[in-house]
Amino acid sequence: MAYGHYDTAGVAARRHRAIKILLAGGFGVGKTTLVGAVSEIKPLRTEEPLTERGVRTDSIAGVERKTTTTVAMDFGRITLREDLVLYLFGTPGQERFWFMWDELALGALGAIVLADTRRLADCFPAIDYFERRDIPFIIALNCFEGARRYAADDVRIALDLDPDLPIVMCDARSKESAKEVLITLVEHVLSVADEPVSSSGI
Amino acid sequence: MPSNDERWLDAEAGPVVRPYALTRGRTRHAGEAFDLVATVTTTGGRVADPGALAPEHISVLQLARVPTTVVDIASDVDLPLGVVRILLADLRELGLVAIRAPVPAKPRQIDRNTLREVLHGLRAL
Repeated sequence: MAYGHYDTAGVAARRHRAIKILLAGGFGVGKTTLVGAVSEIKPLRTEEPLTERGVRTDSIAGVERKTTTTVAMDFGRITLREDLVLYLFGTPGQERFWFMWDELALGALGAIVLADTRRLADCFPAIDYFERRDIPFIIALNCFEGARRYAADDVRIALDLDPDLPIVMCDARSKESAKEVLITLVEHVLSVADEPVSSSGI
Repeated sequence: MPSNDERWLDAEAGPVVRPYALTRGRTRHAGEAFDLVATVTTTGGRVADPGALAPEHISVLQLARVPTTVVDIASDVDLPLGVVRILLADLRELGLVAIRAPVPAKPRQIDRNTLREVLHGLRAL
């Protein structure tokens, strides 16, 4: 067993905090790379119901009777402290995966929309989703080699984003860069969070 | 094709994905819903009838000897989340595990102190 500290289990049970962060983006945008750069990546499988919508968009000729299929999710954990763990969840940005997002989004700290400037439109559904649900998010532009470096302002206009919404350039392969993306998100969440009722801050 | 969610339970249903054989075909668990970052801990309760448990139940119980989240268990036993949820609900029903909701159970309720701790932790990585 890879687990120790049996004697502290009771304490950990009381204080353990698990924080969810969502990572949205189209196929091939670098979600797996980013999760792997900054966290201990773990295999996670979930099930995708092949709904009526899915049946229309997927070719499942010959397997019409199979109504769920197993899909791999990007999942990583970052142990910040023994009692404070960040969980990163990445799933594809298509609408047919929203059933997963609905659960992931509940109680989440916020979301990162990872975008590829060559295919900016891929992240429109994710942006709409987070805006509609009032989930704080930022945009991270994965700067693929050879891709034109767009100015953040151009992307802001193209995506019709709020002037206060952070847009960061990143290299999803780099731990430092991925860390910076996460830090930008948490700072953004802090800046939009409601002011505390009492002044009990650190 | 029937449009309800459980259409595959119909007599005409074809083969269901194999992991659900472990749950004897159930796709929904009993009792209160729990988040995928809810913390699972064994209660120390005894199993009256060990035969009622599948080997996968035992694997899950072993992982939960220290407080462990639902997703970590699913990843470590290498079973789909939905299957692990059903196994966990079985164990909860038998009084063998307790499942605690994560701290912010509602959207946008992570307190500022926790956010600052997260920020500090990330900067120190």
